[in-house]
Amino acid sequence: MKSVSLLLVLGLSVATIATSCGGNPAPQNTTPAVDTAAENQRVRDSIAAAQAEADRLAREEQERLARQREADSLAALSRSAEEVRNMLATMVHFDLDKSNIRSDDMGALDQKVAILQANPDLRIRIGGHCDERGSDEYNLALGNRRAQSAKQYLVSHGIDASRIETQSWGEERPLVDGHDESAWSQNRRAEFEVTSGGDNLRRPS
Amino acid sequence: MIPLLLAALLVAQDTSAIDRGVRIGIIYRPGVRPGLVALPRSGGGAGLDSVRGIIARDLDYSDRFEIITLPGGDSIRLAASSTGTPPKGSTSRGSSRPSSATGNALNYPLYQALGADFALDITRVGDTTLATVHDIAAASVRRTVRATLPPPTSPGFRLAVHRLGDQVVQAALGVSGIGTTRVLFVREGKVYQIDQDGADQKLVSSTNRQAMSPAWAADGRHFAYMEFQAGKGWLYLQEMGTDKRTAVSTTGTALDFTPAFSPDQQTMVFSRATEEGTDLYSINIKTNCCLRRLTVGRFSDNLSPTFSPDGQRIAFVSTRPGLPQIYVMAADGTDQQLFAPFDYGVTGSSNAPEWSPDGQSVAFHRDVAGTLQVFVLDVRTRTVRQLTSVGRNEDPTWAPDSRHLAFVSDRSGYRQLWIIDLDTGRIRPLLQQSGARLPAWSPRLSEASTTTP
Repeated sequence: MKSVSLLLVLGLSVATIATSCGGNPAPQNTTPAVDTAAENQRVRDSIAAAQAEADRLAREEQERLARQREADSLAALSRSAEEVRNMLATMVHFDLDKSNIRSDDMGALDQKVAILQANPDLRIRIGGHCDERGSDEYNLALGNRRAQSAKQYLVSHGIDASRIETQSWGEERPLVDGHDESAWSQNRRAEFEVTSGGDNLRRPS
Repeated sequence: MIPLLLAALLVAQDTSAIDRGVRIGIIYRPGVRPGLVALPRSGGGAGLDSVRGIIARDLDYSDRFEIITLPGGDSIRLAASSTGTPPKGSTSRGSSRPSSATGNALNYPLYQALGADFALDITRVGDTTLATVHDIAAASVRRTVRATLPPPTSPGFRLAVHRLGDQVVQAALGVSGIGTTRVLFVREGKVYQIDQDGADQKLVSSTNRQAMSPAWAADGRHFAYMEFQAGKGWLYLQEMGTDKRTAVSTTGTALDFTPAFSPDQQTMVFSRATEEGTDLYSINIKTNCCLRRLTVGRFSDNLSPTFSPDGQRIAFVSTRPGLPQIYVMAADGTDQQLFAPFDYGVTGSSNAPEWSPDGQSVAFHRDVAGTLQVFVLDVRTRTVRQLTSVGRNEDPTWAPDSRHLAFVSDRSGYRQLWIIDLDTGRIRPLLQQSGARLPAWSPRLSEASTTTP
């Protein structure tokens, strides 16, 4: 916007010079033709010089602005990609020996739906995990149920099932070491990781 | 009535506080077990003392004998020579020897007075180790077992000694011992083996990936386990001794886990977790053919298969009643039905079944008041009894004698492997290391299964 108004000002001043020259020829009638030609040339030169100077300034300003814009948008982009990645990685949690999605986790899953929709190349893997209290081998089946349950939520909200892998770790990879409810509740979880298409994640609109 | 019986069992079993590393015996049927005395000898060269030590421990751990230790060292032996049965040849060996090398002049009345039914004398003649089993009541030698043992430094030494110990049990009682067995278990994501007496722990899984659920083949020469790899669960077959391993042909596409060999070793049945849940599949591992789905769970999971020893049936875990319980089916997947009875809404989750080698029982663990306890199902009557009550106890596995179970317990303050004898209730720790789990007890190991080619 700035550059446009600058051009306008320059343009106006050029027009003023032209008008003052062309619009007031009478007193010069007695002057020799050669003087008139030289004067016209001088005016033309000065107009051209002003024009060149104006162009140069405008060009420089434009380049500076372009650089600024680029830097700004890159920063914004990486900032939002980071944000999107974090939203995508937000875990969901489960009740003891349960695999249903809790209502307090639906918001987090809805965000993932939006991210997956905004990034059609994005593919993810959901890992289901359990706390240490259940049976070691049964927990592999339970972790699978949890991963499937999270996947099912995304699929039922319009995400293509082929974009989501699942896996179960049972109780083999606890997030938190510890033998109390605080540790257990954090360990009963589904984790989300990007398998491909995770560069330059776009924010959901 | 049943709760009463259960309560009585609970009182009778597993109620003593157990000190770390201390073997606590609760004798249910005192006097039933025959007394056995190992004759106090020493020397004989080439590790004969360690042979005596290993066999004495095997006999003790068999829980089939009342082991009689001779009190007071020399005094009893002096008393023995003064009871009127002059031991032949004792003059040349000194008065501290209660009997001669051949043992045919044992002081039978003395050992009878001590409550012994059998006496064991281990001696050596040339390269041959002799284990002489005396029948005290009959005042005669019952049987002499001979063995040519490898040198104590040889890797096959301990197992050869265990074999001799098993033959001693056979000679005395007509049943085989469990000396020549090992236990596979998982610790920090790796599979280890250990002898049943706690010796010779060794890493057997061959990679750094996380492994679970080791299982033995009936020949004791192969085992299987599951390994996490690239988001899937892979099943591997491995040969004992050579450590040569191969992935099961159909594995790698899903989360496959809990492998189980059929008794004829033709078939492997396992759990596979997919989008539809977890179900049981079978594959012929000799021909790598014919993947078959045995259960269709839809909204329930089916897992943790275990074959009956005749190969006809498979016990497994199913969540079809809402939480995991023990079910049974024919080996082809037909005739699925509840196996271990439970009360809806009362009984906790039941998991990790293992069919006993004699076919009569299925051991499993069940959630009782928020912790796990080992139970045994009687296959014929379909009644269950609770075996443990101290701490958390899980993942039972049968010894080939169908009377000992190894299981995971935190009774000593940390989770490790213990062994219980169902007949006597005696409990001993197998390891002194924390973090051991998912044990699998081997069949009796033959010579061939333990020699490294």
